[in-house]
Amino acid sequence: MQLIACPWCGPREEVEFSYGGQAGVPYPADPAVLSDEQWAHYVFFRDNPKGRFAERWNHSAGCRRWFTAIRDTATYRFERVSRLDDPKPVT
Amino acid sequence: MSSPFRTASGGRIDRTTTIEFTFDGQTLPGHPGDTLASALLANGRHQVATSTKLGRPRGIAAAWAEDPGGLVQVEEPFPEPMLLATTLELHEGLVARGLPGQGRLADVPDSARYDAVHHHVDVLVVGAGPAGLAAALSAARSGARVALVDEQSEAGGSLLSGTDQLDGVAAPAWVAAAVAELSRHPEVLHLQRTTAFGSYDDGFVLALERRTDHLGAEAPKNVSRQRVWRIRARSIVIATGAHERPVVFTDNDRPGVMLAGAARTFLHRYGVLPGREAVVFTTNDSAYDAALDLSRAGVRVQAVVDARPAGSPQRREECERAGIRVLSGAVVTGTHGVERVTHALVAPFVDGEVGAGSAIACDLLLVSGGWNPAVHLFSQARGRLRYDETLGAFLPGEQVEGLSVAGSAAGVLDLAGCLADGRRVARAALSHLAIEPGADDRLPTAPEPAVPAAPLVLWRVPDTSGAHGGSQFVDLQRDATVADIARAVGAGLRSIEHIKRYTTIGTAHDQGKTSGVLTSGITAELLGIPVQDTGTTTFRPPYTPVAFAALAGRDRGSLFDPERTTALHEWHVAAGAVFEDVGQWKRPRYYPEPGEDMETAVLRECAAARTGVGILDGSTLGKIDVQGPDAAVLLDRLYTNLISSLKVGSVRYGVMCGVDGMVIDDGTVLRLAEDRFLVLTTTGGAARILDWMEEWVQTEWPELRVHCTSVTEQWVTFPVVGPRSRDVIGAVFPQVDVSTEAFPFMTWRDTTLDGVPVRLARISFSGELAFEVYVNPWYAVPVWQRLLEAGRPYGITPYGTETMHVLRAEKGYPIIGQDTDGTVTPHDLGMAWAVSKKKPDFVGKRSFARPANQDPLRKQLVGLLPVDRQTVLPEGSQIVEFRADGQLPPPPVPMLGHVTSSYRSAELARPFALALVKGGRERIGDTVHVPVHGILVPVEVTGPVLVDPEGARRDG
Repeated sequence: MQLIACPWCGPREEVEFSYGGQAGVPYPADPAVLSDEQWAHYVFFRDNPKGRFAERWNHSAGCRRWFTAIRDTATYRFERVSRLDDPKPVT
Repeated sequence: MSSPFRTASGGRIDRTTTIEFTFDGQTLPGHPGDTLASALLANGRHQVATSTKLGRPRGIAAAWAEDPGGLVQVEEPFPEPMLLATTLELHEGLVARGLPGQGRLADVPDSARYDAVHHHVDVLVVGAGPAGLAAALSAARSGARVALVDEQSEAGGSLLSGTDQLDGVAAPAWVAAAVAELSRHPEVLHLQRTTAFGSYDDGFVLALERRTDHLGAEAPKNVSRQRVWRIRARSIVIATGAHERPVVFTDNDRPGVMLAGAARTFLHRYGVLPGREAVVFTTNDSAYDAALDLSRAGVRVQAVVDARPAGSPQRREECERAGIRVLSGAVVTGTHGVERVTHALVAPFVDGEVGAGSAIACDLLLVSGGWNPAVHLFSQARGRLRYDETLGAFLPGEQVEGLSVAGSAAGVLDLAGCLADGRRVARAALSHLAIEPGADDRLPTAPEPAVPAAPLVLWRVPDTSGAHGGSQFVDLQRDATVADIARAVGAGLRSIEHIKRYTTIGTAHDQGKTSGVLTSGITAELLGIPVQDTGTTTFRPPYTPVAFAALAGRDRGSLFDPERTTALHEWHVAAGAVFEDVGQWKRPRYYPEPGEDMETAVLRECAAARTGVGILDGSTLGKIDVQGPDAAVLLDRLYTNLISSLKVGSVRYGVMCGVDGMVIDDGTVLRLAEDRFLVLTTTGGAARILDWMEEWVQTEWPELRVHCTSVTEQWVTFPVVGPRSRDVIGAVFPQVDVSTEAFPFMTWRDTTLDGVPVRLARISFSGELAFEVYVNPWYAVPVWQRLLEAGRPYGITPYGTETMHVLRAEKGYPIIGQDTDGTVTPHDLGMAWAVSKKKPDFVGKRSFARPANQDPLRKQLVGLLPVDRQTVLPEGSQIVEFRADGQLPPPPVPMLGHVTSSYRSAELARPFALALVKGGRERIGDTVHVPVHGILVPVEVTGPVLVDPEGARRDG
């Protein structure tokens, strides 16, 4: 069982966390002006890289805060975690 | 009773106490300190069972967890299948039998306790043999927080199986001193009978401690039988030793064929002679120790058969001094005997060719093909292995952070080397953790290691029997042979993982402890490729089998999945309610009166609510308090309808969708103040909807000044439902004007009852005049009783979830998650009225404009009335349609949709259902069919609202 470093609580066991998919997919400013395809990309399409990936995580059984993590999908290593009000992390 | 194969003295057993046990119906003596295996051997018994597939006799072939032969079923003190005789500590009253296949689980509940402990350390040392003890001492002396776990009954590992001296005393005496020193360090946890069975990420190790198994019937009831230690270590030292590797030859599975090192263990540790006449077959120097020790103990060693052309000159000399014949450049090609080996067939072995042989009489055939480091925990943690040509074994092949391997687990095979390696590795771990080593961190003086003759890597002896490896056993537990591997290779398999699955080698109880590396070697030989390229199969936890009961620990029943009960639970129980599980909640389903079944009880409860007054415990309804200047903004964005226009004191029904436009929850919203709302969710949606709100507030709209918190458990909720509900509420709360004019539908009022704050709301989930009563759970029982008291003149009837469902279904109110499935929009539910056209955006709105949402053939919520007025359609039933000619279309018959809710209605005096049907609203008035138990039942499609469609009853 991995340890995940919650940026608010510190390292905690992975069972306390839930996964929220790719980070940096903002809700569109004006969905009404999007084409069906553009909207479908927001709703359904996500990257699936092998390697570094910016992800949303939630410390759901702890402080219930969402945060961003840079994780390597090949090794499962968490390379960095950041709070949502930190500058946007770069993969 | 005496045991014929027990030595006159020696061993670590307590000879002053004799205990009796029963094996295969025979009562036998043993001593404390014995395992079942050593006690059986002491009584001359090698065979334990017959093999699963072929029924061949099998016996004890090793002295610990790597034994593939000695599987037993324990019958007493408590039935447990698939235990190893070699790891089962003997105790008074043990009843066991050999297991020729599947075992038997107890048919009574296990009354033993199992538990778990979390533990955090700087250094975890696994294994208390020479390397592990040296590592633990070194770590402990630094003052670090240390855990030492070892799976045997006492520390020492291989030191208990030999004759070595450390610091000038017998090794076990040094072990005792080391253990005593460890116990003086306050930060050291030392656990014996504790198997580290899995190593995972970030220094996490699971270990199983067998706390009372060895005590048998004497086990105290207040101590857990087994305990799972969940150890998080900053650094792990794996000192798990090595398993001796057999050599495969024809008929190598007979009882009496045993690993050479195991025979030494039985002799020195348990005071048992595993036979009278032995042949020793080896490819390396280590088996000579067994030959010499057994000879000294009185076993006639007929021959040491050394496959190496020149053998071991130094060891040959020692053997000759002891009168033991050494045959170099020779192999064992087969055996005679059925239930016990009687002869070893020995033949010259030159350049891989077997010559003409002869039979040597023996009742014990010891084998050594070298040593396989026990790399399981290292490999489980994804450490890569490398093949060592000299040892013919896989060793840790890389550095894994936080994990190091010491001693024979790392391929160090001499005692002094293991001690030094243990200390070296522990010190490296300490240095990595920036912990200074202790002052007096000395190693014991150990015997100067002899320089061994190079071992020979020999996986199998060529089969001269003509059976083509058909009785050359690789995996004894699976009855899998060299012929099976050849068949797999012949079928074109090359990957060791495929060969494992094709032959089943390594998939039995022992998970390939002796057979795994042999399979890699033999496969490589058959394919003509290097062993390194074959590799090993993946090592997975657990290292040895772990009972599910131990893994579950205390997390069983309501400690695993908590039971939530409302403040009225005791009342419901006393009232004879039948409960149902709704998520974790226990909710009354109905309250049967004497002689009633569910159907009659529910019809009675429904009739009461529609004609008089009923009362429900609705406390499980999810409640979220949403506060802040931007509370209305948030709710406008999350609900499909407009919430911000709601007046303080009023209530509105709302629907929430996901971004895909599908309904995720519904409920009512009470505006408590300009900046405060009480959001009611479905019982099942309470946690999910709070999370959903949090997610949007935290990740998308952090600028909103709003906070959401669960108040589900801060309020109990009692809907008082029916035409007489106004009389009841009016009687209990005389200061409240309950007239329609003063207290209209979809409004709420705060009041008090004997000074206790109470909130009343005109909300109806039944279509009837209804008042919901909200109060602090502390006052739940008296308030409920006041309402019952006031309702008595009107026959107030408590009702459960089943009646609640019938009443709402009669009105066409969907239950999200029952009448919907994540593909249903508000429009599909006929709730276009709940979707705001004024708001520029809300979550899900954009998806409503997709072409798929405009499809007239989308499934829509409708009502169904079985034409026969009899059949209650099973929920989930499919709906089909006849062709114009009155026949079913040819298969596959198109499905129009399915039944989502179905009940018998007191009000309608017939059964009815809700269903999702393709283009359903266009079909109202049509007759379609529902197959029920092979009969096609005709049903009329109706609108979803079957009772009071004009809504005349809501004000009473």
